[in-house]
This record gives sequence, structure tokens and C-alpha cells, in this order.
Amino acid sequence: MRERLAQIPKPMRENLITFGIVVVAFIVMQILISLNMLSHLMTGLLVPLCVYVIMAVSLNLTVGILGELSLGHAGFMCLGAFAGAFFTKVMENVITFSLFRFILAILIGALVAGVFGLLIGLPVLRFRGDYLAIVTLAFGEIIKNIINALFVGLDDKGFHFSLRDSLSLGMGEEGRVIINGAQGIVGMPRDSTFLIGTILVIITLFIVLNLINSRDGRAIMSIRDNLIASESVGIDVTRYKLMAFTISAALAGVAGVLYSHNLNSVQATPRNFGFNMSIMILVFVVLGGIGNIRGSIIAAVVLTVLPEVLRGISDQRMLIYSVILIVMMIFNWSPKVLEWREKHSLKEWLSRLRKRKAKV
Amino acid sequence: MSLLKVNNLSISFGGLRAVDQFNINVEKGQLYGLIGPNGAGKTTVFNLLTGVYRPNEGIVYLDGKDITNKKTMDISKEGVGRTFQNIRLFKKLSVLDNVKVGLHNRYHYNSAAGILRLPKYHRIEKEMNEEAYRLLSVFDLVGEAQMAAGNLPYGKQRKLEIARTMATNPKLLLLDEPAAGMNPNETKELMDTIKFVRDEFAMTILLIEHDMKLVAGICEELTVLNFGKILVSGKTSLVLADSRVITAYLGED
Repeated sequence: MRERLAQIPKPMRENLITFGIVVVAFIVMQILISLNMLSHLMTGLLVPLCVYVIMAVSLNLTVGILGELSLGHAGFMCLGAFAGAFFTKVMENVITFSLFRFILAILIGALVAGVFGLLIGLPVLRFRGDYLAIVTLAFGEIIKNIINALFVGLDDKGFHFSLRDSLSLGMGEEGRVIINGAQGIVGMPRDSTFLIGTILVIITLFIVLNLINSRDGRAIMSIRDNLIASESVGIDVTRYKLMAFTISAALAGVAGVLYSHNLNSVQATPRNFGFNMSIMILVFVVLGGIGNIRGSIIAAVVLTVLPEVLRGISDQRMLIYSVILIVMMIFNWSPKVLEWREKHSLKEWLSRLRKRKAKV
Repeated sequence: MSLLKVNNLSISFGGLRAVDQFNINVEKGQLYGLIGPNGAGKTTVFNLLTGVYRPNEGIVYLDGKDITNKKTMDISKEGVGRTFQNIRLFKKLSVLDNVKVGLHNRYHYNSAAGILRLPKYHRIEKEMNEEAYRLLSVFDLVGEAQMAAGNLPYGKQRKLEIARTMATNPKLLLLDEPAAGMNPNETKELMDTIKFVRDEFAMTILLIEHDMKLVAGICEELTVLNFGKILVSGKTSLVLADSRVITAYLGED
């Protein structure tokens, strides 16, 4: 068994461990639910957890693998959320098989977010570092604000758009408002489940991890490590930057669809899709270790669950949260701690145990 | 037949004429040296040849083809490979992956094959690995294949940079101060490597160097730059004996 495991190349072995963690976490949660050991609050947190994990993993593709700082990731999530929800709302009575409709909604959310990622990436990726961060930040806010002011209605003549109010849509008697400005989309069928969320997390991981360990992934990482050298060996820098940015945006769109179908109504508020959300996702990525996909998952889960667990001691909640942030930061980034982790890792411990056994 | 032919290449930065009417003619299979004091414009010439800068005037022919205003990426595809004065490796990637990035334009499969792990992915990756290991063994780097490139000792980093460039299958290799920062032993080893590359791959090499021993040891012809202009050019032994070159390096009496 051990020999067969050792035959698998190292990156693939690491990926299998990551997938294993997700599957085990899913099974444990299911057991806890069936044993009624999970509070109502925690059960409600399961789908958002999947959303944040997908967001963190996809942002890590831009920040950790491509090496460009993006502060507008929530904007792509917003686009996906509304594109998917819009489709579901329009098709609510046309496609009654909800799983099929939801899968289509996910694909549409990914497509819309991906197309916008491409369109925005084209001019924006000419910037580097701080400039790119500022432009993506602005983009995220613009998307959120436009959708917040958008009115879309549907009647027998087709779609009507307005940026003023629902009356100016000028619809016929039978018309219904689908996106109602700041009130967003209401009466959503709640199609998201923890199972679908977990499957989407696994698909996201599959795409991102396989991309990293392929010809395209190497090209993307070479740009991160040294742009000039990358060009000098004939890498099409613009193309690969766009590829990474677009895939990252499309996956954020998927997270958005999952998010919007977990709610009765979806609005583009600053709390949902604003700057704070982008920063929170970035915090997951940075704390989990930039470029470390498994770390992103763990950080997203820990930092989402933590505030809920600490709700009981609400006075000290933010204090404890920030202390844990600092501790995680030290644990993941301090060279001394990294050295210590290297020495006392589970792998080292196991191999020492094995050696001792061999001696006996 | 000449592989690299440059006519009247010039570029100015503001009021400074960094390279002025630069001409060079490198024959196939030649080991050609470009020398000159600090700030003479040697690296600028390399940057012009590889499309990092656009020249104000002049034409660059590679193998008879005009490559003057092409992008860096396309010039690499045309067959000009280069290394850098301050080593530029993909530090976080493994030594093997550094070479595989160099192989990027010689082995193709599309993104879908990569993400879905189609049979084509496995087949091409295997070919890439074989070719990469072949190159690594030429440069004596097989033992470090899985190491992060940034953790290699200095001398090996230089070698890896050359290996990565060779992976692009260039016609012309530009080496920018390959011996910079090396001790005499490492320099000696590097000289052997450069000669070996020239013979093994029948490569044409143009190199910038400060180390006179290295230049005198391996280059057949030299061009000396000073303040952006060509001072002397010709057979190595003749150029190094030229009084103007000595003056440019050591100053006047």
C-alpha cells in the first residue's frame, strides 16, 4: 500500500489529500446532522461555508498563482449571483425540474462572471500591484451599485430594463418585475444544498489544482515568479494572465449562484458583495498561505465558523477573532514557526516512528 | 553565413544616446564576445535584440529574417534565447518546472486536456519530462530536479538559466555576464559549460562579459563598446592588444 502511494507523483498525492479532507468533512457533517448534534445555526452555515471556500480557492488563483492583487472578487460573485438568480426566476415555471434548472443557473452564473472577468481583465491586467488592486476594487463597487439600481421586468413583449424605478419599465398588465432595484430578486426557490455545495467545492478544486499542475499553470506561475524571464522564453503573458483571471472570475460566479440560491431573496448590499466581502476573502487567502490551496480552504472554514461559535460571548467576540487572526498569521508566516512545523510535522513523526520500528 | 546581422542600431533615453549606430555580424556556430566598461550599453544592446526596448533606428536580421520590431515573446519563438545579468529564474517553481516552462512553445496540449487530464495531457507531459530530464542531465542538474529553483547554489542557478533557455531550442544564445559574481573555479567550470553548449548543440553564442580571462579563453571575435559606440571590433587577440581598448578600460596615462 505504502509503495503504491509513493509511486504517485508528489503534487498528485498532495491533491488527493486535499480532496480527501473535503470528502471527510462532508461525511462528518452529514453524520452530525443525522445525529442531531449540529445546532440550527451551524446547519444554516454549511452552504455559506461552501461559498466562501470556493471564493477563497478561486481568489487564490489570482493572488497566489498569478500573483496579482485583486480587491474586486466579490463583484464577480455578485454578477454570478444575480445572473443565476435571474435565470432561475425567469425559468421558474418553465423548467420545473429544480436540479436541472439549478445546474443551468450555475453554468450561466459562471459564464456571465467569466465574460466580465475577461472584459475587465483586458484593460485592467496592464496594471500591476497597487494599481491593479485599486482598479479591481472600483470595479467591484461599480458592479454592486449598478445591480443595486437595476430594474428588470418581463411581460409578453419581452424584457424591460430601467435604472430609475419599476414603474418606468412600462410593462403590460401581465408583466412581473424580476430584479426590483435595491429590493433585488425576491421569492427565490432555495435550490442550494450542502451536497451540491460540496460537489461544487470539489469541482472548483479539481479545476484549480489540475490547472496549476499543467502546461498552462506553469506558464501562469512563471509570470508570477518573473515576468521578464517569462516573456524571454516565449510565454504569451497577456493570454495567460487573462486565462487565470477569467477562470478565477467564473468560479467566483459559481460561488455567487450557490449563494443566491441559498436565500429567499437576494440584494446587492455592501454586506453581501461589497468591499468588505472582497477583503474578507482576501484574508482567507493570505492567512491560509498565498498560493496554498488547502490552506485557503482551512482558513475559510475556520474564520467563517469562528464568529458563530463565539456568538455566546458577544462582548469579547471581535477581540478573540482578531487574536486568532494574529496567531494564524504567525503560524503560517513566521520563519521560526515554519521551521518548527517542518521539524515536528506529522510526516516527520511518522517516519521517525517507522525507523524506530525497523530497528526493533 | 551570418546568423545575426545588425545594421545601425540606435536608441536614446531622453537626451542620452545609449546605443549609437551599433553594427555586428555573427556567423553561425561562432562564439562572439561583446565587451566594454560599465555603462557602455552592452545590456541595452541585448534588450534591443530581444525586443525589451524598441530601437529608434536600425534593423536586426536573424537568419536573414527581419525581427526588428517584434515582441519579446515572438523573438523567442524566432529562435533568440537569452540569460540575464542578475539571474532571473522562476524561483518558487522546481528546477524541472523551470525547464518545462522553457519547453512551453515546443509541446502543445490545450487547457481542457490539462484540466480534464485527457490522455493527451499524460502523453505530452511524459514527453516534456523526458526532454527536460535530458537537458538537466546535460547541465548536471538531475539531482536537484525537484528542488525549488531559488534554493540552488549560485553557480547552478546560472546553469539552470542556460538550461531553461536551451529548452526553447534557440538558434542564437545571448549570455549576459554569465560569470558575474563567480569565483575562479566556478568561472572555469562555466567556460567549459559554454564551450560544451556550443559544441553539443552547434549553438551560436553572443556573450557580454567583464572577465577578460573568460573572454580571451573562449571568444573568437570581439566587439568593444564604449559610451554606446563601437570602439573596435575583430579577432579576439587583435582587439585585446588594441591600445584604444586598454585606454577605455584603464584610462589614459
